Amino acid sequence: MSILTWTWILTGLSFALYIYIAYASRAKSTGDFYAAEQSVPPVLNGMATGADWMSAASFISMAGLISFMGRDGSFYLMGWTGGYVLLAMLFGPYLRKYGKFTIPQFMGDRYYSNSIRVLSLICAIFVSFTYVAGQMRGVGVVFSRFMNVSVNMGVIIGMALVFFYATLGGMKGITYTQVAQYCVLIVAYMVPAIFISMQLTGNPIPQLGMGSAITADGAAMLHDPSTQGKYLLDVLNNIQHDLGFGAYTSGQRPRIDVWFITMSLMIGTAGLPHILIRFFTVPKMRDARSSAGYALLFIALLYTTAPAISVFARTNFIKSIHNVKYVDAPSWFKNWEKTKLVGWQDKNGDGIMQIAKGAVKDPKSANEVTIDRDIMVLANPEIAKLPNWVVGLIGAGGLAAALSTAAGLLLVISAAISHDLMKGILKPNMSDKEELLWARGAAGVAVCIAGLFGIYPPGFVAQVVAFAFGLAAASFFPCILMGIFNKKANKEGALVGMAVGIVFVASYIIYFKFVNPAMNNKDHWWFGISPEGIGTVGAVLNFICMYVVGKFTPEPPQEIQDLVGSLRYPGKLVVPPSAGH
Amino acid sequence: MSVHATKELQAYWKENLVIIMVHLAIWFFVSFFCGIMVVDQLDGYMLGGFPVGFWFANQGSMVTFVILIWTYVYMMNKLDRKYDVHEG
Repeated sequence: MSILTWTWILTGLSFALYIYIAYASRAKSTGDFYAAEQSVPPVLNGMATGADWMSAASFISMAGLISFMGRDGSFYLMGWTGGYVLLAMLFGPYLRKYGKFTIPQFMGDRYYSNSIRVLSLICAIFVSFTYVAGQMRGVGVVFSRFMNVSVNMGVIIGMALVFFYATLGGMKGITYTQVAQYCVLIVAYMVPAIFISMQLTGNPIPQLGMGSAITADGAAMLHDPSTQGKYLLDVLNNIQHDLGFGAYTSGQRPRIDVWFITMSLMIGTAGLPHILIRFFTVPKMRDARSSAGYALLFIALLYTTAPAISVFARTNFIKSIHNVKYVDAPSWFKNWEKTKLVGWQDKNGDGIMQIAKGAVKDPKSANEVTIDRDIMVLANPEIAKLPNWVVGLIGAGGLAAALSTAAGLLLVISAAISHDLMKGILKPNMSDKEELLWARGAAGVAVCIAGLFGIYPPGFVAQVVAFAFGLAAASFFPCILMGIFNKKANKEGALVGMAVGIVFVASYIIYFKFVNPAMNNKDHWWFGISPEGIGTVGAVLNFICMYVVGKFTPEPPQEIQDLVGSLRYPGKLVVPPSAGH
Repeated sequence: MSVHATKELQAYWKENLVIIMVHLAIWFFVSFFCGIMVVDQLDGYMLGGFPVGFWFANQGSMVTFVILIWTYVYMMNKLDRKYDVHEG
């Protein structure tokens, strides 16, 4: 069967599964809709968190991105996993003990202030929309590349599916669909990696394969017998060196910038509302701890495989294209040429493809081959000549990654509107049934807006992703941390801290990304810190403001200090009624 | 569930804080220290086919993160029992 048929079959089967699960787990109350009735077992919550977390970008783009960045790409790997250590120890268990539904609600209760609740819900909606825009586009792109459907049609199919299960099932439906989506995406990601690792190094574990020596079969696959018995990373370093690139295992970026970006991504991860709310769905405090453990285990499975795929794909790609006659180009190259993800322009007219440093359109560069980073994952199975069903899996996996993340984000938006804005502030007396209606309506509207972002992608999506992490790092992270670990953290401190953090990060990013992009380089950044890493500085400013302002303003009321105390211990201890209403 | 003296609960919280500090120190060491600050120095040593610094940045720190969460889970479950606050 052809790749196209396999892709349709596998995608169709996975969609049917999602629809069945969504129907079987539809929500009956707001408790169901916001927090899956706090009854999700930790292992399943770990899988759902993994699917929630791993987006279209993680699945399709990350390995390719790293393959071009070499060791510098490690800030994505460490930054997007290290936050879970913080979640497990600093946030998850205590938020579960708090036991309500949304992050703005926690912020409003803990800092006894509706202004903070509103500020938080605006931040939560902004961060989530920023993120969801890329996901819907990702759905369309996967559809168009694998199934000969237009991008817009793909976005509409994805919207219809998410609309169905997010409005029907809320958190409950989303959670159980995400469990299935995790299984699909991890199989789709691991199978090609395992095959390629075996082919090149004889080691079935890609994480070890990337550090192993190349076998005789591997050398034959690379069309270079001299590589046999050498370490794969050494071979890649030599290839990079011959083509004029820096060694793959060394870094080019200033270390201070890598440090700040890693920190910003870590604390940003720990401050993202769609991840934080997953801890509300488990039965007990100790389940919140173990579900963070499962989540990171499941995430790390993909995140430790990604750098292996980067190394395999880059070596394979260069070895099978560089200095090869175009007429002898492998079939996958010609297939993907149609999608414009790879291209060749015979600049020196010798009919042979040459890869070198620099852009193809730069006349001074000898480079003749354009390579889109996404190709490293998308074409990987074809490059390794894997069976058609494996190639078909990649489409289903990419869709699972994009849809699961989109659904989790849409729920945050829906809950912020129905629970925090409507029930919390504008219409506190409405019934559970009416609130559920608002929640479903808000989810529906949010899906449509996200779909529009997918069909008419704003040009600034890539730029604003730095925003999502920077804002989460500078606003939520410090306030939630102090809210749990410092009983004396008060409303005034939190308000000033959040405002300063948000304004600082927003100004820095807007200045370098929009007002004066020509200055966006390390000579002009403060202390060499790029806009991607500035969230760390914003968080520090927020901490300082909270501390200093808190010293000169009244302590929080006793019942708030008691509430904070009660968050710290498991079991049915005396829990004072929540304040702030 | 018995009612606990405040003093005992404070001791529980203090022990929790110490456990967190130790775990976060290791978290910082493997990623920010080994994976970034001294990565070039560590690259002078090899671990199989991996330069050591590169390994920490690409694999080692993530593997350590997973282990860290699970040792925290284990230690906290033990602490919950020691102070008799574990959930049924």
